[in-house]
This record gives sequence, C-alpha cells and structure tokens, in this order.
Amino acid sequence: MQHLRQARRTMSSTTKLYLFHGGLRLDGHKQISNQSPIATCKPQNRYVIPVQQHIGAAGDIIVEKGQRVLKGQMLATTKILISAPIHSPVSGTVIEIGKHAVPHPSGMETDCIIIENDFQDEWIRRNPVAENYHQMNSHDLRNIVRNAGIVGLGGAVFPAAIKQTETNIRTLILNGVECEPYITCDDKLMQERAREIISGADIIGHIIKARECIVAIEDNKPEAIAAIQAAIDEDSTGFFHLQIIPTKYPSGSEKQLIKIITGKEVPINGLPADIDLLCHNVGTAYAIHQAVFKDEPLISRVVSITGNGVKQPQNMEVPIGTYIADCVTQCGGYNDNASCMIMGGPMMGYSIHSDHLPVVKATNCLLVTSNNEIHPANTEAHLPCIRCAKCVEVCPAKLLPQQLYWYASTNNFERASEYHLFDCIECGCCSYVCPSQIPLVQYYRSAKSKIWELEADLKKSNAARKRHEARQFRLEQQKREREERLRQKREMLNTKKGRPEENEINLKKAAIAEALARVKQKKETQAITPKNTDNLTAEQLRQIKEADQRRQAMKKKNHE
Amino acid sequence: MLFRKASSPFISAQASVHTIMYQVLYALIPGTLAAIYFFGWGVLINLAITAIICLFSEALVLKLRNRPIKVSLKDGSALITACLLALALPPLVPWWLTVIASIFAIVIAKQLYGGLGFNLFNPAMVGYIVVMISFPREMTYWTAPLGAVDHWLSFSDTFSVIFYGALPDQSSIDSITMATPMDTLKTQIGLENDITSTRHHKVYGTLFSNISGKGWQWINLLFLLGGLWMIKMKVIDWRIPVSFLLSLLLISNFFSVSDYATYPSALFHLFSGGTMLCAFFIATDPVSASTTPRGRWIYGAGIGVLVYTIRTWGGYPDGIAFAIILMNMAVPLLDYYTQPKTYGKADTE
Ligand code: SF4
Ligand code: SF4
Repeated sequence: MQHLRQARRTMSSTTKLYLFHGGLRLDGHKQISNQSPIATCKPQNRYVIPVQQHIGAAGDIIVEKGQRVLKGQMLATTKILISAPIHSPVSGTVIEIGKHAVPHPSGMETDCIIIENDFQDEWIRRNPVAENYHQMNSHDLRNIVRNAGIVGLGGAVFPAAIKQTETNIRTLILNGVECEPYITCDDKLMQERAREIISGADIIGHIIKARECIVAIEDNKPEAIAAIQAAIDEDSTGFFHLQIIPTKYPSGSEKQLIKIITGKEVPINGLPADIDLLCHNVGTAYAIHQAVFKDEPLISRVVSITGNGVKQPQNMEVPIGTYIADCVTQCGGYNDNASCMIMGGPMMGYSIHSDHLPVVKATNCLLVTSNNEIHPANTEAHLPCIRCAKCVEVCPAKLLPQQLYWYASTNNFERASEYHLFDCIECGCCSYVCPSQIPLVQYYRSAKSKIWELEADLKKSNAARKRHEARQFRLEQQKREREERLRQKREMLNTKKGRPEENEINLKKAAIAEALARVKQKKETQAITPKNTDNLTAEQLRQIKEADQRRQAMKKKNHE
Repeated sequence: MLFRKASSPFISAQASVHTIMYQVLYALIPGTLAAIYFFGWGVLINLAITAIICLFSEALVLKLRNRPIKVSLKDGSALITACLLALALPPLVPWWLTVIASIFAIVIAKQLYGGLGFNLFNPAMVGYIVVMISFPREMTYWTAPLGAVDHWLSFSDTFSVIFYGALPDQSSIDSITMATPMDTLKTQIGLENDITSTRHHKVYGTLFSNISGKGWQWINLLFLLGGLWMIKMKVIDWRIPVSFLLSLLLISNFFSVSDYATYPSALFHLFSGGTMLCAFFIATDPVSASTTPRGRWIYGAGIGVLVYTIRTWGGYPDGIAFAIILMNMAVPLLDYYTQPKTYGKADTE
C-alpha cells in the first residue's frame, strides 16, 4: 500500500517528457499472464543449447560428446568481440553435438549441444566478486559480464558487454517499458526482483562511469513502479531516477524511448553513445547482478507463456535449452482452439512451426493464440493501397510506408532505399492500421533481404572484375616494357657501331635481359592458366572448353 | 495445436477500405438531402443515373480486366464517385450528359489508370470537366432553388425534362432554371453593378439566406457538419480541409476588404457553390491527394488559391473541378519534395 502511494507520488512529479512521432495505443492483454508470481520450470531430462543465440559470431564448442558437464560450465566460447559464450543449464552429460531445429522465422537448424540432465544440480565452482565490484576496473567487470554470456534480453540479444565498451557515458537508461501487448516478463521481474535489477544497473553504471540512471516504466505497471521506487529509495546516492512514461507502442524500442526521455534522436547510422546515452533492459541488469553477486552465468530467463491458447498462462523462469513443449505442459497444456505459436509479442514476434524447439536467450514470450485472437494480414488478397496515409501518421521512424510499399512491391529497390527502407524498425504500426490490410512489414522485410543479396552479389562480381582488370594491366605493362627494351637495343646497335666489343657485350646483355623477362612472364601466365593442358584426349579438351564456356556465360549473367 | 504460419504483426486495427468509404457516404447524406430539398427531384434522379452507370461500368471494366468484381464494387469507391458527380452536376441536365460524365469518370479516369489506388486524378472531377467543356450550355441548367420562383417542378415534370427534354406546359427552360448566386454575381459585376445591389436579386432570400444565396448556404453548412464528423471519426485527415478553407478565407477576405463593392465577402466564398463539398469530400479523396503531412498543407492551400482565382477571374462560375485537377497533377512532385525528416536525421543535418 505504501509503495502504491509512493508510486502515485512519483507519477505526479514526473519531469518533462517528449513525444515521438506516431505510435499506437494497443490493448495490453497483460492481465492474462501477470496474475501469478514467476513460477520455476521443473527440471527436464534433456536440454538443447544452440551455440549461437546472439547477434554476432558463433563460439567454438569446448566440450565433447559423452563428457560430463556441471551446471554453469561453459560449453562454447570465442575471442571474437561481438559474441557471447554459452553455458550448461544443468549438470549432466553431453549426449549429442549437432544440428537441431531452433526458433527462427525460417525454421532453420543450427549447431546445438544436447545435454542429458543427471538431476544432481551440481554447480561448477563459483567465485562471486559481490560488493568488491566497486573496487574493480571497467575492463575486469566487463569481462565478468562477457564470460557470463549475457546478451540484451529485451529481444535484440546483442552481447551486453559490447554495449558497455564505451566509458564516461553520462546517462544510463534502464528500459522497463515493455510496450508489446501480452508480454509481462519484465513487469513481473521488476515486481519481484527490483533490488537485484537496481543493483545490476549500479554495476553497469560503474562500468561505463555514468553519472545518472533513469529507469523508465510505462504507467500501466503500477506494481512494478512501486517496487522499483522502493528499491531506488534504499539507494542514497541519488544516482537513480524513476521515469514513468505514458503507455504507447513502441515506446520500449530503444530509439523511441530515448526520444521520449531526452527529446533527442539517435543519429542515423549512429549509436545512443553518440548522444551520451546507453540503454539496457531490466532483464539484462538482473542477469548482470546474478553474474557479479553469485557468479551465475546466463542459464535461465523469465519467459511469458501467455495467450488464450494455453490453459494456465503465466511467467516462468525457464532454463535456456528447455523444450517449448515442456514449458507449455507445465502451463497445463494447450487449449483446444490453440492455433498459432508466436515467439515474442504480437507486433514484432514471429510464428514458429513446432514446439520441439528450445527456449533461447531471446525468448521473452511464447504467445499461444486461439483461433480468433489474431488476425494477421492476408497476403494473398489485400486491397490496393488507397494512399490514405494512415500509415504515415503512425510510423515512429517518420517514414512514408505507402511509398516504401509502392517501391518494395515493384522491386524498385533503389527508390525504396532512397525512401529510407533501412530506417524501418519493423514495428508493424503501419500494417496494424492499414485499411487495405496490406502486410506492409512483410514487403519491407523481403525487399531488405533481396537488397542484401544483390549487394553481396555485386561485391563478388566487383572483386572478380578488379582481379581481371589488374591482370590486364600487368600484361600490358610487360608488353610495353619489352618493346621499350627492344627499342633501346636497336638504338644502341645504331649508335655504337664503331665499337664492336662493347656492342657485342651490349647485345648479349640485352638478349639475356629479354630472355629473363620472357621467363618471368611465362611464370606469371602459368600461374593463372591451367597446367597439364598438353597430352589431353579430345574428349578432355572438349570438356575443358565446355567448362570455359559455362564460366563465361555465368560471368556474363552476373554482369547483367 | 495448429502451428499456423503467419507474419507479424499478428493483430490489426481491423480497419477496412469498405468502412471508410461507407462512412464517407454516410457523411454525405445530410448535405445531399438538403440539395434535394432545395433543388428538387433532379438531384435524386441524377444520383440514380450516376450510381447505376458508375457501378455498371466499373463492373464491366473489371470483367474485361479479369479482376474480382465483387470486392471492388463492395469497397464503395464507385458509389462515392457517383455521389460527388451527381452533386456537382446541375439538377436538370439531360440524362445522356450524366451518363457520359459517369462513364468518363469510371472508365477513363479510374479504371484505365489501374483502378482504385492508381488513378492520378479525382474521377468525379474528370467526369465533370469533360461534360463542362463539351456541353457548356446544358451545364447551366440549375433549377431555381426552392422559394425563388413560383414554378416548383413535380417529380414527373423533372423526369420528363431530364429524359425527354420536355418542359412542362407554359414554361420555358429559363423560367425553371436560374443562374447560381456565384454566376449571378459574376454577370452583375460584369454589368458594373456592385455587390450591394446584386444582393436584392431573387436568388438571395431574406431570412438566413443572405450569406451566399438560397439553399446553398444550408447545403454547405450540412456538408461542413458531415465533414467535421468524418474528421472526428478519423475518416479523413484534417489538414487538407483546414488548409483549403483557410487559404480561401484569407485570400477572399483580403480582396473583399480592399474593395468591398467588387469582391464578395469571405463568408460568401466559404458557403457558396461546392466549397464545403470540395473541402471535405473531394479534396480529401486519398488516392489523388498528397500523402505527406506538409504536402497536404500545400495541396489544400493550392486548391484554395486556384478556386478563388478561377471564381473571380476565370471563365467558369465555379473553379473547384479545375482546381482539384490542377493540384492532382502537382501531387507526385509535392510528395517527393515534402518527405518528412526521418528519425535521427534531424540531428545529423
Ligand atoms: S495505410 Fe495502407 S492503404 Fe493507407 S496509405 Fe498506408 S499502405 Fe496505403
Ligand atoms: S514497420 Fe517500418 S514503416 Fe511500418 S511503421 Fe514501423 S518503422 Fe514505419
């Protein structure tokens, strides 16, 4: 009660906020999943841990099939900067290393490590630095974050340690906005583990030497606000401020949140650090606290399992690698009318084709919808764009979605890029309001990937063309040099006729130089022409010729 | 569990083109009823002709183009074109003229460009201009508004005028039609009469009718109300009507203040002819209007200036159709040069 009162007090004393362009007021559907406390997922027999669960490079697997691993033991790691190691969520045995389906829009399979639980729950030796972090330098602390495999848990799964490479950033923004409908994992986390979140934020603040930390929460989460406020009140440094923001989608998106709080915009192709800001999700802060105070790597996360298609929707702390099916079973199973499984929220998530997939670090929500709960745009039969510009009104990136659609659907990629296709954050606001029910975001996504493909092709053919040009240039030069030498030789012959010995020597010299040049050139040409072309049968020669022709044709095609 | 495949976003506002178009049609009702009340059955008969011909020709072209007919007819856009056309045409024009205008609007201006969403010009205005240029005399057949003459045409009288060109006994076309107030004003000022004396002309009534002439002001007022409702329902964007009316108001006020005797007041301009119909129903046609916020300001203001110019100095009594078509032509340019600054651009430039 007291907390609520405090929350109300802070609500009335909020500082000036700014508006971002566009956005939507959506039905939250948060009460479906936020009625019960965070449950713990029962131990399962098997865990499937994908080697790559983040943006960036995959790590090298450092365990072997058949090996016993302990809970928290590192399974794969790498030295590459943009990467994060992974760890075992339980103690047990590595029973398989190989391809397994993972949550992905395309339903692809990647390298996974499959571990059989021995139910001993035996941890690897832990050595938390705890309060000592105050005495540690940024570099060492960052290593702890990195080795704990912590990635942005808001959905982007960008390795967290990278975001902190900058130091002396003025303001840390802690993102507890959670603007997507249905998802409540951050809400519950803030309600139940506010102190740990604030402590984690303090660690981040220490790493980047921030001067203040603003915790942003949407005003539809009064309990979370109260809990965070209480945790902030325990801190006497004045480092933390709570900022309550109005409920509007997509205010949880980093760029929009920054605009709301500071009134500034992250420059195009820039980073928040360029305007002295760093943004972290509350879940990430919690994970960092666990890493520093308990030396626990990121081996579990809170997942909202919600929607009308599941019997007992709730939030659950799920070890990474747990099968989605196991989670759903623990929530009472599916309802009869369950129709679609979405990983993430209804605005930006993607549908998955099976529940025989592991929960990964990016899984913030598993939305199981009933038949009539969702109405995705109909790809086959939508009406033409009537240019009503309702999409323009709601686009938070301030784009012209109808023009983008026009150019994306006619494959006019140059124009689409000119209209800033790549500034689209795929938030879905435009599709949401479009009266013609055009699946706009789908068009943008496919245009983007087509452009990437084209660019990759272009790079390849450019490289080939450059190689070819360089060779031509080299040959020309050699020819010119040879002619020059011949000319000199002739001149010498003409002018120095009077002195025979010298003449002879010169002639010899010139002949030797020429021979050397010939040898050199031959060597070079040999390097690029196939060897062993003598003594071939007619059949082989024909085959070679055919291959050459094919290559020529390919080259031509690439150029076109 | 089905594991349906779909793509984000999975939810939508469930808005539809159908709803929008029908809301526009609902908003047209009050003004249309007023038009029928003041100008008689001719308006209704025109409406019937345009509706039938527009829907029919749309269906025919769709069939020729092998497109789904039902979906397109149901979206209501052809019906809106029909309504606008019927309201723009004089109430006593011969039926074949209405038919020509409808066919032009749907077949040439809309379907030949690719159908809904692809037409550069407002179809109704194209249809109107075609008959305006081709048959200028017939286009002056405005019925005298209710109460301005003794002769009030019954339904059957109106029917025979429109379909057989047969006038009722003891009347000439001149005794049942009358120039519009705007037309009258133009002729009278041309005859070197000033506005005050023109005000006693019989197209102007007395009670409540001295703003812009019998009937017209009421019709305009009701279209204005319908328009405001559409803005409230977010059917149309407020920028175009506001900028159009504002520019018309400013420019007409400027001239009328500078020369009260020659230039009618701003109020007259705002409430006469098709001003309000244009502001809320014609200029706001999304397909042919500008789509960027700034572009819409310019688009509306441009129409205002053109309407005033054509009304005051042009050869036609009301310049709305021409103003709309001219600004339609400018839309691609407007859209290109008024792109909003995208997020993050403001700070880099
Ligand atoms: S909302 Fe849909 S119909 Fe309207 S302009 Fe945008 S894309 Fe076109
Ligand atoms: S999906 Fe892209 S174009 Fe559509 S509203 Fe979001 S940012 Fe704008």
